[in-house]
Amino acid sequence: MLLDVKDLRVTLHTARGAADALRGISFSLDRGDTVGLIGESGCGKSITALALMGLLPEDARIDGSIRFDGQELAALSDDAWCRLRGARIGMVFQEPMSALNPLHTVGRQVAEPLRLHRGLSARDARAEALRLLDKVQLPDAAKRLNAYPHQLSGGQRQRVVIAIALACGPSLLIADEPTTALDVTIQREILDLIAELVERERMALLLITHDLGVVAQRVQRMLVMYGGTLVECGPTVEVFSRLSHPYTRGLFAARPALGMPRGTRLATIPGRVPELADLPDGCPFADRCSFAIEECRRAPPPAFAVGPGHDARCIRLDTMARAPL
Amino acid sequence: MPLLDVRQLGKLYHLPRERLLAPRPAVQALKDVSFTLHAGRSLGVVGESGSGKSTLARLVMALEAPSEGQVLLDGQNLHALPAGALRRVRARFQMVFQDPYGSLDPRQTVARIVAEPLDAQDRSSRHEQRERAAGVLDAVGLGAADLDKYPHEFSGGQRQRIAIARALVTRPTLIVADEPVSALDVSVQAQVLNLMQDLQDRFGLTYLFISHDLAVVDLVCDQVIVLWQGRVVERGDPDTLFHDPQHPYTRRLLEAVPRAPAQYGKMHITNEEVAS
Repeated sequence: MLLDVKDLRVTLHTARGAADALRGISFSLDRGDTVGLIGESGCGKSITALALMGLLPEDARIDGSIRFDGQELAALSDDAWCRLRGARIGMVFQEPMSALNPLHTVGRQVAEPLRLHRGLSARDARAEALRLLDKVQLPDAAKRLNAYPHQLSGGQRQRVVIAIALACGPSLLIADEPTTALDVTIQREILDLIAELVERERMALLLITHDLGVVAQRVQRMLVMYGGTLVECGPTVEVFSRLSHPYTRGLFAARPALGMPRGTRLATIPGRVPELADLPDGCPFADRCSFAIEECRRAPPPAFAVGPGHDARCIRLDTMARAPL
Repeated sequence: MPLLDVRQLGKLYHLPRERLLAPRPAVQALKDVSFTLHAGRSLGVVGESGSGKSTLARLVMALEAPSEGQVLLDGQNLHALPAGALRRVRARFQMVFQDPYGSLDPRQTVARIVAEPLDAQDRSSRHEQRERAAGVLDAVGLGAADLDKYPHEFSGGQRQRIAIARALVTRPTLIVADEPVSALDVSVQAQVLNLMQDLQDRFGLTYLFISHDLAVVDLVCDQVIVLWQGRVVERGDPDTLFHDPQHPYTRRLLEAVPRAPAQYGKMHITNEEVAS
């Protein structure tokens, strides 16, 4: 197994005291796997990404295990992280303008990981950078080596960020909302590019997104996150056909879909996403769930298998299954 | 007579001079855009960044003057009105912006934020203003108890409700909403979309609804125009337009929309029925 996360817990120090940002999440990924992590703001998906990249705030407490290629990452020193990050784990962020340094040329930024991790000379790194920019299909790549980020469009900048992520041939690619800041037609091009590269290089992909449509079309397996917990995990097709967990179901129903008659009232999830410090002791979704009973609030629900490789953390699954969608 | 009549609207932006002897470069942000919108209806404007959506919103809101064309509200050319008259007419058309974090002043109370448009209108007393503010807050699902709070005490969805309340306080007929739900999470987006539809039914509002999200426009609007490079490339009712797009750009937009399976949960239901 390339990446094996077991019972990962992250506690952050906030102005309102300690907050459990991740409450024991487990999942694994192999080369060639594509997994989507979906959830709303504040659910812990970006904290998961930061934990996997060793970029959590310094005072964050981390428990549990992250095994990457046999190596334990949860207690790794910063030096060791620096050798790993950008070399064997590549990252693509949401906002390409802030991920890139506005004062450095594109060529220099793509060459940086090559010089740091692979020790290439300036000349070789530049030649390799050009090859990478061609690989991510940046138009006019040779000319763009000397361009600054502000001279590129959003989609082109994201291609540069992807080129940097791929520079050292990582085995795991983490993409945190890689297309949220882009137009739909550009989003499609970028997602196509990521899919093609992941397949060609046999990388594992962890795609973090809030968009159910992106998950449905782009990954083999999906993880649904709420309140720092993975409430439902399974093959994408199975999760969409069962919608086992009340939160998954609520998320799906709240989404306007093309072809809905005008004026259709959308099903809403009452209330709002709770702040991490305010999460209840039991099921994190209990306060917003129409299926919740007293017992839901007592202890965090265990994971129940609802299908092959498909789990949901809910003690009301039987009732849920009988309820109309 | 339509409530809003936009005729051959065009906007040319001049860029900073690049060379001493050459004319300043210019961008045609909007070209020859015409449409009418009747009271109580909703018109969706779709297109990608740079298509001219927001320029159109600014021209309709009379925040900028067009290079060509007219914007008629109830037959009155907004851009030909003297400043004082325009300010009075502004009560009848208001705007909701995309980012509920950037569009509310963090140092003012909700009461001040919501009542501010009234300041530019009749000089009503603070007490009256507060009552009006409480009334519209109630209409958007917040309460009089929220009047003395500050924006940071609210979530994104609640902030957007405050922004909608501010737009409603002058009792407008037209609301220009520029990506009103794009910054919100899915579950909260549904609440705000439902609210906007309820308010339309209750107050007979007219929406000019700008969005890049075709599904949202399909849900809210009865007419749609597709903007591409500042021009209207296709128009029609959403059912026809999204089912049978004619222009290649509309087709490309539609194909790019990532979709979750439409028949969700179907397999599951059938299994259950079989089991019982």
